[in-house]
Amino acid sequence: MREFSFERAGDAGQAATLAAGDTGAKFIAGGTNLLDLMKLEIETPSRLIDVTGTGLDRIEQTDAGGLRIGAMVRNTDLAADDRIRRDYGVLTRALVAGASGQLRNMATSGGNLLQRTRCPYFYDTNMACNKRSPGAGCAALDSGGFTRPLGVIGISDHCIATHPSDMAVAMRLLDAQVETLDAAGNSRSIPLEEFYLLPGDTPERETVLEPGEIITAVTLPAPIGGHQAYHKVRDRASYAFALVSVALVRQADGSGRVALGGVAPQPWRRAAADAELPNGAGAVMARLLDGARPTAQNAFKITLAERTLAAMLAEAEGN
Amino acid sequence: MTTDMTDQRSAPGADPGDRAAQMRSTVRFTVNGEMREIEIDNRTTLLDALREHLRLTGTKKGCDHGQCGACTVIVNGRRVNSCLTLAVMQDGHEIETIEGIGAPDALDPMQAAFVEHDGYQCGYCTPGQICSARAVLDEIAAGIPSHVTGDLSARIEITEDEIRERMSGNICRCGAYANMMTAILQVSRGAP
Ligand SMILES: Cc1cc2nc3c(=O)[nH]c(=O)nc-3n(C[C@H](O)[C@H](O)[C@H](O)COP(=O)(O)OP(=O)(O)OC[C@H]3O[C@@H](n4cnc5c(N)ncnc54)[C@H](O)[C@@H]3O)c2cc1C
Ligand code: SF4
Ligand code: FES
Ligand code: FES
Repeated sequence: MREFSFERAGDAGQAATLAAGDTGAKFIAGGTNLLDLMKLEIETPSRLIDVTGTGLDRIEQTDAGGLRIGAMVRNTDLAADDRIRRDYGVLTRALVAGASGQLRNMATSGGNLLQRTRCPYFYDTNMACNKRSPGAGCAALDSGGFTRPLGVIGISDHCIATHPSDMAVAMRLLDAQVETLDAAGNSRSIPLEEFYLLPGDTPERETVLEPGEIITAVTLPAPIGGHQAYHKVRDRASYAFALVSVALVRQADGSGRVALGGVAPQPWRRAAADAELPNGAGAVMARLLDGARPTAQNAFKITLAERTLAAMLAEAEGN
Repeated sequence: MTTDMTDQRSAPGADPGDRAAQMRSTVRFTVNGEMREIEIDNRTTLLDALREHLRLTGTKKGCDHGQCGACTVIVNGRRVNSCLTLAVMQDGHEIETIEGIGAPDALDPMQAAFVEHDGYQCGYCTPGQICSARAVLDEIAAGIPSHVTGDLSARIEITEDEIRERMSGNICRCGAYANMMTAILQVSRGAP
């Protein structure tokens, strides 16, 4: 790990001010992703700003009838919150499908959104990776690369990595917005739909956040009811990242929403696919995964996504 | 000295000595009920602070990347992976390690149950398993849901499935899982 100086920010404004103009500065929250990557020298900040003392650890009602989740709310607390369990069950389900009890006790809502890909070559500093070293090439796309866990849609010729978060898939389904603050005191609210960038030819740029801009909260609109479920398919029953995950809200009239994890560089959802929900899983996936470019190793994800949704719809109808 | 906002502004770090000083911090926290103060490189994880600075070697390092659970300790009442948190971030916190849970002549019920049922072979993962197992029972009692919890609005029952899922962050290379399950279930029933 490289050396770094360490400071504590007392509120979000101070954190943004401290980080302003310093490209070596990074915020640290739960630390569960950042420290992991610092040990491997994939992340090399010269300065860490601890944002856990910024007071952003509450879940409050919004005027619009939704919830405002502070960026420092720990994943365990978010999953266990009575209002989340009752009105946004898909979010609780997605959270508890991720990581382990110990990790969820540390991981925060802001840090979870910004966790980096689990592409094995991104983690292996001996291999070429455009996301880690722009222009270096992509070991996954080289012949013989191991692509089974990687993306099938939204990807580019420069990077086919997926975004690994479970929580973000449920938040995307629920039309969450990310609230931020910069050093000049400007705050903005970014729909999660616009928060993540597709890799294109700059896979190192992952979100629309500007340097030094801090996430203060994630807001959820008023509850939408319906049958809510999250189904994660992985290589072992617990404590593993998704091969494919499906988040679903289904209303009594058959309408609803679908979002996918494990297939794209961002939680994957399309309005045209949601509209097909009354017509079944095949119709939804035909729209949702239209334009997919799987490799021979990960083409199974297309079939798996459709079958997973079909099983979930059968269960929803049974209820 | 831990650099806080005021220190940072009054000492912009122009001279290299200042810069070197900024790479280290003094941290005060409570470990097993005792106030401890250590002067450390900012890079020191809580795990390394416990093992290398405070010589509390009960807590183990398996992977150092959050993947095995051997380093599990309790911070402010919650289990965490001590390898993935910085010691400097624990200033003012209360830390409990396996050494604080019980001693050979005064075992905690979970420790006694692990011994009684052979909940280990080599023992390397055991301190983390015991810290986690006690926390799992607390988490179920507090109503924190897990991946296998059925109805999110009902009281959570202690079942083998619940325990297995909640213990999945603690890997045992020797595969002593079945005996650990017996031990944890015994403690959950309040049996001695
Ligand atoms: C073994 C293991 C298994 C895992 N399995 C899963 C899984 O199955 N599913 C899953 O979804 N996740 C999984 N995770 C990932 C875990 O969920 C993330 O590490 C965690 O959510 C990150 O949150 P954090 O608060 O610890 O972030 P940190 O590590 O503190 O930060 C992550 C990034 O976010 C930035 N950041 C943090 N807070 C803010 C803020 N408020 N504003 C701006 N920037 C900020 C940091 O600078 C850093 O770049 C796993 C992790 C491990 C180690
Ligand atoms: S897929 Fe993306 S993250 Fe993986 S090696 Fe290629 S460029 Fe790097
Ligand atoms: S040493 Fe911390 S989880 Fe393995
Ligand atoms: S007893 Fe040997 S690793 Fe668990």
